[in-house]
Amino acid sequence: MSDAAERVDITCTVNGEQRRVAAYPMARLLDVLREEMRLTGTKEGCGEGECGACAILLNGAIVNSCLVPAIEADGADIRTIEGIAKGEDLHAVQSAFLECGGAQCGICTPGMIIAAVSLLERHPHPTEEEVREGLSGNLCRCTGYQRIFAAVVRACELTSAKRVPAR
Amino acid sequence: MDEKYFGHSVPRKEGRDKVTGRAQYVDDLTFPDMLHGVTVRSSIARGRIRGIHFGEGIPWSDFTIVTAADIPGKNEIALIEHDQPCLAAELIHHPEEPIVLLAHPDRYLLEEARRAVQIDVEPLPAVFSIEDSLAKRPVIFGDDNIFKSYRVEKGDVDSAWAQADVIVEGEYRTGAQEQLYIENQGMIAKASPEDGVTVWGSLQCPYYVHKALVVLFGLSSEKIRVIQAETGGGFGGKEEYPSMIAAHAALLAWKSGKPVKIVYDRAEDMVATTKRHPSRTRHRTGVTREGKLVAMDIDFVIDGGAYATLSAVVLSRGTIHAAGPYVCPNVRIRSQAVATNAPPHGAFRGFGAPQSIFALERHLDQVARAVNLTPEEFRRRNFIRKRQTTATGQIVGEDVNLGALLDRAFRESDYDAKRERFARENPSATVKRGIGFSSFMHGAGFTGSGEVYLASVVEIEATKEGTVRVLAASTEIGQGTNTIFSQIAAEALGIGYDRIEIVRPDTGAVPNSGPTVASRTSMVVGKLVEEAALELKRKLLESGLLCDACTEDEFARACRRYIETRGPLRARSQYEPPPGLRWDDATYSGDAYGAYAWAVYVAEVAVDTVTFEARVTDFVAVQEVGKVIHPVLAAGQIEGGVAQAIGLALYENVAWREGRMANGQMTNYIMPTAMDVPPIRVFFEEQPYPFGPHGAKGIGELPMDGPAPAILNAIENATGVSVNEIPATPEVLMEAMTSKAGVLV
Amino acid sequence: MRACVPDYELRVALNLPDALGLLAREPGTWQPFAGGTDLMMLFEAGKLSHKRYLSLAKVADLRGIEATDSAVTLGALTTYTEIQKHPVLRSEFPLLVAAARETGSVATQNRGTLGGNIVNASPAADSPPALLVYDAEVEFVSVRGARWLPYHGFHTGYKKMQFAPDELLRRIRLPRRATPWRQYYRKVGTRKAQAISKVCFAGAALVDGGAIRDIRIALGSVAPIVMRAVKTEDALRSSTVTRDSVAAAREVLAREIAPIDDIRSTARYRMRVAQNLLEEFLAQLAK
Repeated sequence: MSDAAERVDITCTVNGEQRRVAAYPMARLLDVLREEMRLTGTKEGCGEGECGACAILLNGAIVNSCLVPAIEADGADIRTIEGIAKGEDLHAVQSAFLECGGAQCGICTPGMIIAAVSLLERHPHPTEEEVREGLSGNLCRCTGYQRIFAAVVRACELTSAKRVPAR
Repeated sequence: MDEKYFGHSVPRKEGRDKVTGRAQYVDDLTFPDMLHGVTVRSSIARGRIRGIHFGEGIPWSDFTIVTAADIPGKNEIALIEHDQPCLAAELIHHPEEPIVLLAHPDRYLLEEARRAVQIDVEPLPAVFSIEDSLAKRPVIFGDDNIFKSYRVEKGDVDSAWAQADVIVEGEYRTGAQEQLYIENQGMIAKASPEDGVTVWGSLQCPYYVHKALVVLFGLSSEKIRVIQAETGGGFGGKEEYPSMIAAHAALLAWKSGKPVKIVYDRAEDMVATTKRHPSRTRHRTGVTREGKLVAMDIDFVIDGGAYATLSAVVLSRGTIHAAGPYVCPNVRIRSQAVATNAPPHGAFRGFGAPQSIFALERHLDQVARAVNLTPEEFRRRNFIRKRQTTATGQIVGEDVNLGALLDRAFRESDYDAKRERFARENPSATVKRGIGFSSFMHGAGFTGSGEVYLASVVEIEATKEGTVRVLAASTEIGQGTNTIFSQIAAEALGIGYDRIEIVRPDTGAVPNSGPTVASRTSMVVGKLVEEAALELKRKLLESGLLCDACTEDEFARACRRYIETRGPLRARSQYEPPPGLRWDDATYSGDAYGAYAWAVYVAEVAVDTVTFEARVTDFVAVQEVGKVIHPVLAAGQIEGGVAQAIGLALYENVAWREGRMANGQMTNYIMPTAMDVPPIRVFFEEQPYPFGPHGAKGIGELPMDGPAPAILNAIENATGVSVNEIPATPEVLMEAMTSKAGVLV
Repeated sequence: MRACVPDYELRVALNLPDALGLLAREPGTWQPFAGGTDLMMLFEAGKLSHKRYLSLAKVADLRGIEATDSAVTLGALTTYTEIQKHPVLRSEFPLLVAAARETGSVATQNRGTLGGNIVNASPAADSPPALLVYDAEVEFVSVRGARWLPYHGFHTGYKKMQFAPDELLRRIRLPRRATPWRQYYRKVGTRKAQAISKVCFAGAALVDGGAIRDIRIALGSVAPIVMRAVKTEDALRSSTVTRDSVAAAREVLAREIAPIDDIRSTARYRMRVAQNLLEEFLAQLAK
């Protein structure tokens, strides 16, 4: 084995809580979340940034955590699937997924919900094209995407009905 | 009958866990003292192992190392035949064949170690195509490279040609397809000679894994325990392969004395695990000038890869579906599964039927043209009806009306108007539009006497709290098993959906209700759930502790009283075949399946003459399914299957290099994204099947059969060009659409 | 995941002088790490042979988009998302915006940078054809100073570029054109999103009374580098779009590009489609 790097201290806010871990600088943020922090809701599907199963919100923007080196999490604000619901109160997107059949096997679901939440934060009333484009970074093998599209539309309805912005 | 749950879209049983990220898949599980495991694999397709060298710079004594010599029982992944080793000992038969297993607590060091193992091989000549395999260039299996062959004969094909006015021939090919479940394969194992073997993992068939481990370890049944973790998609890809990865994890656990987790990364999963069998079908069809089928001679070959595994069964289903839902007095189907030096091909939704149905539905469009009929008129004149016989001589017992399904599909898709409009607009358009369809059937459950052989069992148990536990080996893999079984049980017992608990499939706890395959879960196992539930209710009624019209609280009280005074409250049901079903394995004739779902699918496409890209712009799926148990789940099955079949038809190409998948990354193996799928519009007809729960038939695989031929038929309509292979990538379309002079055909 | 993570160092540069100082002291030891979308992919595949990286994430001097009357200048760390949002880029440099929009997915666009894309030098990159058509210039900076050079000619061969190990790409400049040019961009990928291009075509022309006064054509995925089709440009400059001139231009293009067979596509397909895209571009000019 060649010269090893040292673990570095990483302090970040994850789902509103301050967290501190020691990680190799080039470790994948995905692995830091899943292993160091035991937040296993974020999934690995491809390790290439193609499937979106590892999607999280990093400083408010959706990214594939399998492509983010741990050191960039230092000082960052991170939101994962575990932070989308408020306690036992589901986010409109989560309720809509349940209502519309947006989740089948569920493995793409955390990343897909992050993508939908991010989409609605940027486009509260997206057109069909905007929905497709906004979700195009998340692959689903089970649903054919139809009921995921329906869930996004339904989430908009639920959000308008509550007159509360999708958080 | 007023149904409270049946036919309603109740909430998915484990839905909440899935949308909150709480569902625990195998890679989310961790055990104290756990080691990680990796597999060292062959880089060549065929050869002899001369030596294994462990390179410098790795502290090998800290590693657990397993080779074939460490296997306590038989070096075999027991399935149907006995030819597939768990670890290659002397001979290699395909690229990525597993040879050495390593375990260590440090995942990163483990990866370095994997790279440091050198396998010395002496290459042997290999075979990579159906043609070369049939020509025995060289022989790699048995005497002739044939894993299995079938012959179906109806009437007298050889004499029937004389009655035909027109004879049409054609050859059709389908490529390999990767299941591409988004969750990679993974297993965790604990094993010791004292405690036996326990595995947790991503799988469809706990008892298949169980059987394989019994043989591998030479232990008795109760010493092996297989538990399903939440599974992120299977589609057949986790039917037989999990036995291999479970075996590997268990061997490492056995030798190290510690829990071992093996989870593949995407690259390994793609190159090393099973794919859909590639196929070649040759049709020779005789028709009268009025368009009636008089003779069908079908030659169907599938590429099984290096070991037999499930090829015989895939071949069987493909063979039986090869002549379709049509009546023809003289049919011959000769089929073979051949060996090549690729990783063994395996189960994938449809299981042989998408391959043979693709050929048939493309071919019949050509036959229609040969007798100057539209494709739909030709089908109408030949659709099978009640009391007529299929190619295997099965008498259709139900009032099937494919003509009505066709009518509905055409109406919903606006077929006629679009066809006319596209014909008018195409000549001056850069993007050519087209519309096409396919008509087909899919048999649910195991073929012939398969279900009798499985002898599936379901158990139900009531608790003192009045909840009811369903014990079955059927796995939830996204299709809705937990939800469907809960609906069925709740309906039968007259209690709330929330009072039903589906016990996690665990061979230590649930009986063998057969594998989660063959579109049998709702129709066959669901029926057993219903019967067991009714039996449990009967016991309560007969005990006098319950009256028929009871409340949920009364039910709970009755359960408690029963258990306190009489002991456990349980019921068990075992599969009984529907009366009158007859199948002959020797002649491959008779009642192949208890039930068929029937369908007509319409695809609308746009073909860009600048880039030769074909896109599906609209899709209509009409099917008769007996009874829809859960509208959202049922539509979800069709939509998902259609999307996978769109991938099969247009996008999903496996690039083979000497038996190895060269494009084993999601970047280069192309499945449709949210921007690539059309609106998929699903319609159900219901003609209850008397032996399914509330009349339901199986539908999981049906949607895989129809889209590819419908799409290629539409492409022909759009461009005038006949393409007979899938995937019909833009490169393929370009070659077909441009003549040698480079001018657009 | 096939990387031996502990073997890799990723240091964070605090600012530009800090970064340049390190590169000057240890030239060739440290490679720059921008958004990481390309490097992390190679890393996970076990194919990242270089082990020491310098993260530029905190170097503010490499960020930002500035518009003056004469040019729009983008910091090397400008992300694809930022490109798509900028009003002057949207109105005057739509090909770059289109390229950014078709790169990967939203998640990739939030991390991937224009500078990283240039220096990664993939022949299939989506933005470089647009940059070539816009006569882009690139600025490299080191402890020894800064220099601008034309982006055209920057790539000298497959993954070969003209800059020293102690230099860092700082900015990309796009001169604003006084008269609007007609513009065309089309990426042909394996699917509608998250696709590596099989052929990528960017074209711009200054058309005056039916005649092509000036023209730029650039293609990706048809040569070892993203290239300007200068011979094809020459054939079309000062001509009008006619059946004959289009046919002739197709022939010149065919001799100028060198597409190959690979796991994504074939040489024949790329050749034919490149010509078809040229024709589609010219047809639009004729309208």
